[in-house]
Amino acid sequence: MTSIPAPASRQQPPSTLRRISTFFFKRPNLSLLVMLALPLLWLGVVYIGSLSSLLIQSFFYLDGFSGVVIREFSLTTYQSLFTQANMDIVVRTVVMAAFVTVTCAVLAFPIAYYMARYASYRIKGLLYLAVLLPLWSSYLVRVYTWKIILAQEGIITWFFKLLGLNGLLEGILGLPVIGGSSLSFSLLGMFMVFVYIWLPYMILPINTALERVPKSLIDASSDLGAKPGYTFRKVIFPLAFPGVVAGSIFTFSLTLGDYIIPGVIGNSSFFIGQAVFAQQGTAGNIPLAAAFTVVPIVIMGIYLSIAKRLGAFDAL
Amino acid sequence: MTKKLSVFFMLCLLLGAVSITAAQEGMMTAVGEGEGEVSIVSWAGYIERGETDENFDWVTDFEAATGCAVTNKVAATSDEMVALMNEGSFDLVTASGDASLRLIAGGRVQPINIDLIPSWSTVDERLQNAPWHTVDGVHYGVPYQWGSNVLMYNTDVFPEAPESWSVVFEEQTLSDGASNAGRVQAYDGPIHIADAALYLKYHNPDLGITDPYALDRDQFNAALDLLRQQRTLVARYWHDAFIQIDDFVNDGIVASGSWPFQVNLLQAESHPIGSTIPVEGATGWADTTMMHVNSQHPNCAYMWLEHSLNTKLQGDLAAWFGSVPSVLAACEGNELLGEGGCSTNGLDNFEKISFWRTPVANCGDDRGDVCVPYYEWLTSYIAVIGGR
Repeated sequence: MTSIPAPASRQQPPSTLRRISTFFFKRPNLSLLVMLALPLLWLGVVYIGSLSSLLIQSFFYLDGFSGVVIREFSLTTYQSLFTQANMDIVVRTVVMAAFVTVTCAVLAFPIAYYMARYASYRIKGLLYLAVLLPLWSSYLVRVYTWKIILAQEGIITWFFKLLGLNGLLEGILGLPVIGGSSLSFSLLGMFMVFVYIWLPYMILPINTALERVPKSLIDASSDLGAKPGYTFRKVIFPLAFPGVVAGSIFTFSLTLGDYIIPGVIGNSSFFIGQAVFAQQGTAGNIPLAAAFTVVPIVIMGIYLSIAKRLGAFDAL
Repeated sequence: MTKKLSVFFMLCLLLGAVSITAAQEGMMTAVGEGEGEVSIVSWAGYIERGETDENFDWVTDFEAATGCAVTNKVAATSDEMVALMNEGSFDLVTASGDASLRLIAGGRVQPINIDLIPSWSTVDERLQNAPWHTVDGVHYGVPYQWGSNVLMYNTDVFPEAPESWSVVFEEQTLSDGASNAGRVQAYDGPIHIADAALYLKYHNPDLGITDPYALDRDQFNAALDLLRQQRTLVARYWHDAFIQIDDFVNDGIVASGSWPFQVNLLQAESHPIGSTIPVEGATGWADTTMMHVNSQHPNCAYMWLEHSLNTKLQGDLAAWFGSVPSVLAACEGNELLGEGGCSTNGLDNFEKISFWRTPVANCGDDRGDVCVPYYEWLTSYIAVIGGR
């Protein structure tokens, strides 16, 4: 018997792929779950999980005799964290991070401003390259190179001597706290290296923020009679401020955690990162190392809440 | 959400609470058939199979003779070694004296039956019962190699070798008319407190220091005072051998405690560098091969312990590392070490050297448990470097 097949049977049966697609289309919640499961697991287990196990570690304590960690809840470790010497380390690190951040912002803003508002297409590309280029070379190589640049026999001292200004350099190095017997042995030298290393992380966010300031607003401001300086203070800077804060989060937190630069340059006074490294490595005092790690977390928490109060995230 | 979080925290706590297995009592009584492999945690250069320089190979023959394939994990610091042994999947470790007692106290290593090591009798008698591996008469390892720290100095500034460590502890005018402030260095590790104690042992006998690694509170505080004084002279402490080399070449440093390693490298580049062991003596290191308490390959491990005392291995290693063999017979007739190689590396300084040991609360003498333990050495030393 021959008959015209029904339209439905003329169609190919739906492919497996199509069936899967339909299955998920009908269940939007399930498809969301499948999409987010892996990233959420990553965030939950790798990030939050390791962070909380770190927090838990900080409530254990070290047995003085065998050096074995006693896994019982105790505040002993926090007691030993709040000693004068450890607080010195915290203050030293925070002050250094603050100075580095402010200096980076002051140096980066004009560069970013020029890149965003005045540079031609060509120059802008070159400037981007100049900012990013150092990031392509090894961090360690750059730090060790600075050790040689800042050394007593290094190029900076040589240059000062050439100009007959070595008295000036010696005068600066003779200052208390920031001085030392040579630039590479001084906190001043360490500060210079920190600023050099983290500057790109400040320039790029500020540049992005400045590029997003609409030209029409600036025109409107001048149409309404504002002088350029006033426009800058009242229009451009407030709109670019979130970029400065974003950059400062990078420079501040990176300086807080770094342990390589203070290990190579400076007068050997400890910074938080080194204290963590020494406590977990040298002393095997993992609870104290964990407690030390909580310090930057708390400081960054305070820092971010201040930034929020300053309105840094309003434009987000 | 808070409930979920707290469950999560509880889980983490439970995981954390899994306790460390207790140390096994007793030791092996016989060495049986090899298990086919053995894993060793060691200092760089301690386990060579001819890959860096084909003349230095003491692994290939061992593997051929015993069928135990050797795997080697290099550690950079004593603390890394302790951490690796705490993880637990290794058989042997070449622990220095500042790690060995920690491993014993933590129950990470097992007693060694020296009757199962035929070459034990060839070990330098001065090392056989050394306190960094022997506790209450029980041996926890086999001596491997030892060496000494030295006072490295610039021969332009010191035409004569300095006689005392005072050049790095006390302010003084050097032969070029300038002060030593800012031109000397000290080691950036808490074990340096022992160097200060050694100096005080000689110059301040009233303190009654007998052992620079067993300091009671008064002795410890006196050492810290000396180190605070040293802080005003030291521009920068050293921990990285290559940075110290750069400091001597480019940053005007003229004297510092150091290792023969840096001295050899600087002299090889014809820099005006000399080294000496001053009148107070010096600190040094002595390494011991120790066996993990849960070693999975105990027979191969014992075979390696025996092999580690082989005279050719001991001599080759001393030549390679700049150290002194623990088997004295290795000093003679070794091609790589040469005649007098052991003397060059410091064999005759043994009596002058106070070997690194982990400071623990138990002083090891009639003073009892009043000594300052290691973790306090660290916090105090950090404070001193920070200017406290």
